[in-house]
Amino acid sequence: METGHDIILENISFSYKQNQILEDVTLFIHKGEFASIVGPNGGGKTTLLKLILGLLKPDKGKVTIFGKPPEQARQKIGYMPQYAHLDMDFPATVMDVVLMGRLTRTALWFSKKDRAEALAAIDEVGMSGFTSTGFNELSGGQKQRILIARALCSRPAILLLDEPTANVDHETEVNLFSILQALNSKMTILVVSHDLGFVSKYVKSVICVNRKVVIHPTTLMNGMLIKDIYHGDLKMVRHDHRCSEEGHCHD
Amino acid sequence: MTTGAVKKATAMIEAIHALLDPDNLFLRYALIMGGLASISFGIIGTFVTIKRIGYLAGAISHSVFGGIGLAIFLQVNVGLTWFDPILGATLAAVISAVIIGLVSLHAKEREDTIIGTLWAVGMAAGILFIDRTAGYFNLSSYLFGDILLISKKDLIYVGCLDTLVLGISILFFNRFFSVCFDSEFMALRGINTTFFYLLLLILTSLTVVLLVRIVGIVLVIALLTIPPAIASFYAKRLWQMMLFSILLCSFFTSAGLLISYSFSLSSGPTIIILSGAAYLMMLIFHKWIRN
Repeated sequence: METGHDIILENISFSYKQNQILEDVTLFIHKGEFASIVGPNGGGKTTLLKLILGLLKPDKGKVTIFGKPPEQARQKIGYMPQYAHLDMDFPATVMDVVLMGRLTRTALWFSKKDRAEALAAIDEVGMSGFTSTGFNELSGGQKQRILIARALCSRPAILLLDEPTANVDHETEVNLFSILQALNSKMTILVVSHDLGFVSKYVKSVICVNRKVVIHPTTLMNGMLIKDIYHGDLKMVRHDHRCSEEGHCHD
Repeated sequence: MTTGAVKKATAMIEAIHALLDPDNLFLRYALIMGGLASISFGIIGTFVTIKRIGYLAGAISHSVFGGIGLAIFLQVNVGLTWFDPILGATLAAVISAVIIGLVSLHAKEREDTIIGTLWAVGMAAGILFIDRTAGYFNLSSYLFGDILLISKKDLIYVGCLDTLVLGISILFFNRFFSVCFDSEFMALRGINTTFFYLLLLILTSLTVVLLVRIVGIVLVIALLTIPPAIASFYAKRLWQMMLFSILLCSFFTSAGLLISYSFSLSSGPTIIILSGAAYLMMLIFHKWIRN
């Protein structure tokens, strides 16, 4: 058991309907990491998260979380799914949704402590005052924050977020990543994102996923590397792009 | 008042008088049954609507007919007199709920094909059983409901199932909430989602059997989903949607029963037309308000 590593993926391969999604992936995530998972659509970003969560089983290889198989370590992982798969007409208040994060195998109803933890989590994402608002009345960015609160209120040691900034404006994006940056002092965070240029200002490393997985510290990010990740087919909206000190060139 | 309106009012007053007449015990039974069944219908219908598994409930309700056919066949041909059609319906409902539930969880892209097949096969099996049964059998009473068939035994049966559905729903409210809203997240909290999903479908199947007597197999799905659909316009929380659905469902069944009695119409279709019309009006009203 290696110490200092929260998540270990060893020689993972995963395919879906004869399509190889991930191939011989080995990845070590150390404690306190704040990494962004980037890559083209269908490159295996969400698959990688689901393998870590144990929602998907690898064809080959081993996933270890805190030295245990994912099923046994899940309680310590907070997960924020892409909210597109949730039914937005669902009759539930913000509190109802966040309390889901306090579900346990044994208790059938929520206790006072559960409610207090949920309130604290809602406060942490700056949404206090919205507890009895209908979840479907919130804006996209507010929904994302509530789903982060749901992931937080189980007091996880690892936080996994799948596209938390999909369909939100730039201001909300900045807001969300500031929240994540503050949370990073307490937990390891992996966040799937499209917007590499934007997230590289916040995260410590970038995990590039496209069948193969490569991890780079953000200090080494440059144009050549980005081209390499996306195999030169990259079209990126650089509304907020920062280059390294040396700059980067386009041929 | 026009003569037409007077006639209508007289007919309704007659219906209310009929309620008090001891010879019309069946009408009283039907109303009590409708009211009692509305409790399960409001609760389970809400889960079915928000989980969007109305077509699963449809498949379950149609395969119930296989069980009814089998029960009648066994009663008449084999001489198992204790094998009541409602018992057959209950067994068929639970078995098909489990099969359909497992199919919907594991079959993925073939899901709708397999469920459509189960839907038709259950129905066909019921009719073949009845073909092989000697004597007259009124098919339409099971397909579209017949309040004349309701007995005191049915009321006891409804009461028991009500208690079961209500008890389990209260006990596992948070579990069912989560399995409907985000079952993947629920699984990550270490809870067996398959178990609660199947339990929800079994409760759905039992609830469907409840009202087969009044509205029949074919129409039961509408009564399961229309009240929650109307309630969803107003309810902000799950339990509010349930409570409102219960009230609406008991209103539709009792008003439908009285209207059908007054004008000598079939009870099931009257209830469904009434609730369907109410739903369409609400839809138009809300569209209009929004613009």
